Amino acid sequence: MSESKRLPPQFGEWIDRGSPVRFTFEGAACEGFAGDTVSSALHAGGALMLGRSFKYHRPRGVHSLANHDVNAMFEDGTDTNIRADVTAVRDGAEYRAVNTVGGLANDRLRIMDAFSRFLPVGFYYKTFHRPMSLFPFWERQLRSAAGLGKIDGNHKRNRTPKRYDWCDVLVIGAGPSGLSAAIAAARAGASVVCVDENARPGGTLSYAYGSEPAAQGRLDELLKAAASLPNLSIRCNTLAAGYYADHWVALVDGGKMTKMRTRAVVFAQGAAEQPSVFRHNDLPGVMLASGAQRLLRRYSVRPFESPLVVTANADGYRAALDFASIGIHVAGIVDLRPDGEPSDLDERVKAAHITIHHGQAVYEAVPRDGLVGIKAAVVCPLDKQGELDTDDGLTIACDGIAMSVGWAGADGLLYQAGGRMKYSDEFEQFVPETMPAGVFAAGRVNGVFALDQKLIDGERAGLSAAKYLGLSSPSTLPEARRGPRSTHPYPIFYHPKGKAFIDLDEDVQLKDLVNAETEGFDNIELLKRYTTFGMGPSQGKIANANTVRVLARLRKQSVGETGVPTSRPFWHPVRMDALAGRGFHPHRHTPMHSFHESHGAVFMLAGDWQRPAYYARPGRSREECITTEVEAVRHQVGMIDVGTLGKIEISGPDAGAFLERIYTGRFTNLKVGSTRYALMCDESGVVIDDGVVARLGEDRFYATTTTSAAASVYREMQRYAIVWGMNLTLVNATGLYGGMNLAGPFARRVLQPLTDIDASETAFPYMGMREGTLADVPARFLRVGFVGELGYEVHVPANCAKHAWDALVSAGGAFGIRPFGVEAQRVLRLEKGHAIVSQDTDGLTNPFEAGMEWAIKDDKPFFIGQRSLRIIKKRPIARRLVAFSLGAGYHGNMPKECHLVIDHGKIIGRVTSIAISPTLHEPIGLAFMPAEKAAVGTPFSIRIDDGEMVAARVVKAPFYDPHAARQKM
Amino acid sequence: MPLKLLKFGLSGKYAEPRMFRTPEKMRDTYDLVIIGAGGHGLAAAYHLAKDYGMTNIAVLDKGYIGGGNTGRNTAIVRSNYLTPEGVEFYKESVRLFSQLSTELDLNLFYTERGHFTLAHSDASLRTMRWRAEVNKHLDVNSEVIGPREISKLCPYMDLSCGGHAPVVGALWHPPGSIIRHDAVAWGYAREACRRGVEIFQKTAVTGIDIVDGQVTGVQTSRGPIKARRVLSAVAGYTPRITKMVGIRTPIVIQPLQACVTEPLKPWLDQIVVSASLHIYVSQSSRGELVMGASLDPYELHSERSTLDFVEGLVDHLLDLFPFLGNVKVNRQWAGMSDMTPDYSPIMGTTPIKGFYLDTGWGTWGFKATAVCGTTMAYTVAQDDDHHLIRPFNLSRFGDYTLVGEKGAASVGH
Ligand SMILES: Cc1cc2nc3c(=O)[nH]c(=O)nc-3n(C[C@H](O)[C@H](O)[C@H](O)COP(=O)(O)OP(=O)(O)OC[C@H]3O[C@@H](n4cnc5c(N)ncnc54)[C@H](O)[C@@H]3O)c2cc1C
Repeated sequence: MSESKRLPPQFGEWIDRGSPVRFTFEGAACEGFAGDTVSSALHAGGALMLGRSFKYHRPRGVHSLANHDVNAMFEDGTDTNIRADVTAVRDGAEYRAVNTVGGLANDRLRIMDAFSRFLPVGFYYKTFHRPMSLFPFWERQLRSAAGLGKIDGNHKRNRTPKRYDWCDVLVIGAGPSGLSAAIAAARAGASVVCVDENARPGGTLSYAYGSEPAAQGRLDELLKAAASLPNLSIRCNTLAAGYYADHWVALVDGGKMTKMRTRAVVFAQGAAEQPSVFRHNDLPGVMLASGAQRLLRRYSVRPFESPLVVTANADGYRAALDFASIGIHVAGIVDLRPDGEPSDLDERVKAAHITIHHGQAVYEAVPRDGLVGIKAAVVCPLDKQGELDTDDGLTIACDGIAMSVGWAGADGLLYQAGGRMKYSDEFEQFVPETMPAGVFAAGRVNGVFALDQKLIDGERAGLSAAKYLGLSSPSTLPEARRGPRSTHPYPIFYHPKGKAFIDLDEDVQLKDLVNAETEGFDNIELLKRYTTFGMGPSQGKIANANTVRVLARLRKQSVGETGVPTSRPFWHPVRMDALAGRGFHPHRHTPMHSFHESHGAVFMLAGDWQRPAYYARPGRSREECITTEVEAVRHQVGMIDVGTLGKIEISGPDAGAFLERIYTGRFTNLKVGSTRYALMCDESGVVIDDGVVARLGEDRFYATTTTSAAASVYREMQRYAIVWGMNLTLVNATGLYGGMNLAGPFARRVLQPLTDIDASETAFPYMGMREGTLADVPARFLRVGFVGELGYEVHVPANCAKHAWDALVSAGGAFGIRPFGVEAQRVLRLEKGHAIVSQDTDGLTNPFEAGMEWAIKDDKPFFIGQRSLRIIKKRPIARRLVAFSLGAGYHGNMPKECHLVIDHGKIIGRVTSIAISPTLHEPIGLAFMPAEKAAVGTPFSIRIDDGEMVAARVVKAPFYDPHAARQKM
Repeated sequence: MPLKLLKFGLSGKYAEPRMFRTPEKMRDTYDLVIIGAGGHGLAAAYHLAKDYGMTNIAVLDKGYIGGGNTGRNTAIVRSNYLTPEGVEFYKESVRLFSQLSTELDLNLFYTERGHFTLAHSDASLRTMRWRAEVNKHLDVNSEVIGPREISKLCPYMDLSCGGHAPVVGALWHPPGSIIRHDAVAWGYAREACRRGVEIFQKTAVTGIDIVDGQVTGVQTSRGPIKARRVLSAVAGYTPRITKMVGIRTPIVIQPLQACVTEPLKPWLDQIVVSASLHIYVSQSSRGELVMGASLDPYELHSERSTLDFVEGLVDHLLDLFPFLGNVKVNRQWAGMSDMTPDYSPIMGTTPIKGFYLDTGWGTWGFKATAVCGTTMAYTVAQDDDHHLIRPFNLSRFGDYTLVGEKGAASVGH
């Protein structure tokens, strides 16, 4: 590294010279100051080359210093793809350039540059595929050459909260127009937030007007005015990353995201300076003039020693004066315009003894050895058609080129917000044409370039926003003038030897565009996809504008007709951990969770719920534990926590009629105090859920759903209630009640002493419903029989559920009560031949196939799926859910759920449930079989893992207690 | 270095021919008008020209070649479906895709990566087993594997998912591939053009003429065309076209979104899908992570992006790959998916003579591009549904003979 390029303290600099920062770059010790970006600190230390390019591994240095310098991407510890041009330098960091082999200086892939002529646009589409067998080899080569940073598996996820925020007016950009807009809107009474991606406010005022004494005080004035307004806050280091419908803007500051809902937006993001295209326009030392000025004004770093300024606007002249003001020798101004600069800047530049070359342009930069920097520029005259006369070149010695040939409005978010833009031939820029409601643009995005006019334009936009919000009603709005024209129509110059770069992210050259167009990729989107211009991390912000000009010229059409590629979020890429935030994972526990935990429950996830699969016991296998639980239910008494079932209360005059439309069955004739099985189908007649409906009163019903469908059934019910316009109220009571199913021959003896209801078979028969108390807490009792024993499902308010459960457990102690889990329940219901919706049914199962036609009551005017079921009913049934057994003597390998039934080499069916029945001591299951093979006694074969065939036989369901005597004891 | 590159470099001038021409004028009459220059329309045109010698074809697109969902998808090609009809169909497509670079003489970057569908519960493991069993039966390489084998293949994945929803197994499908989607459209377009098919970009079909139940022509933004056969291959725009001919389909349009990160050096070889986490991810040959999720849960004819999509996606992605927190999302986009109730396509002849449908591609139709080319070409040329697509005819909705693929297509596209 060479001598320091740091200047003595400058007015308005962003660095804190009292806080030095030490770090390494490619292993070498470096220093800078707090407030530096990594690039500014390195450039100050004399490092010209900061990275290598994506494809050809050419040296690249500071270019924009505005978050477009994607060739200067670093890794540091476990972090990677750090944008050096805008990231604050970190004390103790160990930076290395990404995408090199063997370090930045000696990057072994730098030979790619020499091969570039062999790698024309889209070359990979036309090679490597003959023979196809070799392509995997080539693909590996190409993949490892592609990509930038390396991931580090040890990188820690940063969990940061997200913030929701709202304001009346969001102003994006805190430059002169943005600040002026924010102040105007805030003065009108709006609550205003003004964001800027830079570390400090000011925009162009922080780097572009150093040569204009009058401008110096402007920023202070604006900030003072802003500070005096309590309803205006300015947030720096805050990126407006994407605009979404209804003024919903993602703001990202460092690692955190704020989701801003605003009532109006002012886009005042300024413009991105665009490069001139000439040979070697990508090398270190060739910078956007604004990039050089940022180095100089914000970080007090000399950008070059002897630069040439190539320009087509006033900004280039200001840059030259800036350079001269700190004693830099300006090697000349090359002005593309034949008549030069109309303003007094021309005089001032001349007074500074800077030579101006009118009507000329840079044809090529002359590189130094190793391409690390340049030593001269070749300048040629432009003829009337804008063509270079390359025979008449003048070589000017310089160590850098500052380019100021034009700007493109930073209008990405404006497009996302639905703004329509049109190309202004006068200003050579896309400017807003029509804006959606509540969307305003000010400053350079609006084509306004002069400082005093930007302030006026900002005020106009701020007042317009306030007016839109009804906060003020100014009779006239200030009006700013667009211009002066700051953009050259075609600062792009072909060189037969190439290396004239259009897109630095992707190493796309001018000739690539020409060739691609020749091949037929002749509209902007196709051209983008073929050449990859604009697909890199800077998303074409300094490539799109020139590309559109090139294509327009090739197609002999206007820039406006050619159009720009669609703008999509994000404006700058956003870290995943900022988008993800803290990462919420809702887990739901029933009130009995602590009991389950202390009794060894092994949990399984059921949606968000954690449910005991079974209760583990020391020294017992999982199967043994499940068997014990099953046996307890069959012989004594067991209890399962069913609080996860969906529970919905339906009340109102239309409640019964509503349920009859939702479910296949009848409910208006259900007696108060009774329950009925409820089956739900979709419009095509497919079974989607089931549960139980109890009638609590004339107009009050209580329905349960399966655990997994609780949310969707409630949502659909709400939707239908509105669509049908029915008079009823729905309450999702899923979390309001705890639930437990007490089942087994001793269930009544456990329950009766604890309740005030008469639990006897005569007073409270099977399928009945009662309301009363359990252990002194209010409870709802449902006589159900899913597991096939005498059973009471008890629902109590969630806050009392644990109390009720404990009471039952201790009362059951004398009867050998055991809690049982989902696994035991699955076995118990299988023994009863009960199907589980979504396990024993699939996405196409209708009730006829599932043997549930008894639950359809077609004698009503309408229910969901009725029309389909009527049609289906008339057709032959293709398949049926049958019960099967492998036989009592079977001890071979067990089939698993979803193993297939194979017949003569064809798939004819599928196992949906299977278990070894602890009660019957044989493997039993349910399976789909073709209707013609569904008769009891039919043998069939199941193919299990490794292709083995297992013989099974259709049997009669249920396997256990066929007359359902046990649940009606 | 392949010879072709050497030749490129050494030849003085750029020698590549034009891939697709834009004819000066549209003719009055074509034998066939194909609406939509997406992969499907172009593949059908190519096969009609090549296999049936039918070249008097106009392919019309209101935008540009491959600018619809063909240019928006995440380019996953696989055949591990659930129904035998689906598996047979997609298997043929995978076979065609694996040879397509040679067939079209364009490198489409078809790379076999292997495809995981992760199971986080025993219920999803059951569906995986079902798919694996059906796949194996039809000679498609799929199997259910456990966490240990997953880790061996893809060591970077955190199978505990941060403790939230541990991975209990996966459906592993080695032939799962990715491909350069745009190039597929270009390759078909180039080869169709070469055989005389005419492609008109920026030409919208605005009406379809029917006389006595027979198609007679189309109205376009550039004037009318006479044609007795019309193939509609417009994916997300299908309802607008079917309205023109008065056919009802159960198609609804829902947005499907995706996003990519900045490029990274290669580290993820496989395609990883998790239906419980509602995410999938693969790494492109450019190094970007290409990521997506399930469908937006509402009907909407729009290609706008939403913030909650990326938020949710990325949150769950970090459960599986927690070290990606510092990787940046570059760009997001959306496409309009033509969804059917059974997640299978609608293809073939229709009640209107001369009007053929190739639609219902929802979130999964890119991988069918190749087989749609051959089967739709057959169907149009013979005016008879190809046997592979017979199960997908529109009539199945009247017949209640749906082909249920939801279990295999709701998140893994
Ligand atoms: C985000 C996303 C990810 C996806 N990921 C995958 C995946 O990984 N794997 C997979 O297999 N599938 C995936 N898909 C689905 C897949 O992209 C589509 O199913 C498939 O590309 C459809 O191709 P197509 O040729 O039928 O339609 P398209 O490519 O959409 O082409 C239709 C064309 O019709 C044109 N058109 C419409 N109306 C008219 C008119 N009136 N006149 C003239 N032209 C008209 C349109 O401009 C368009 O170009 C994904 C989809 C999306 C949106």
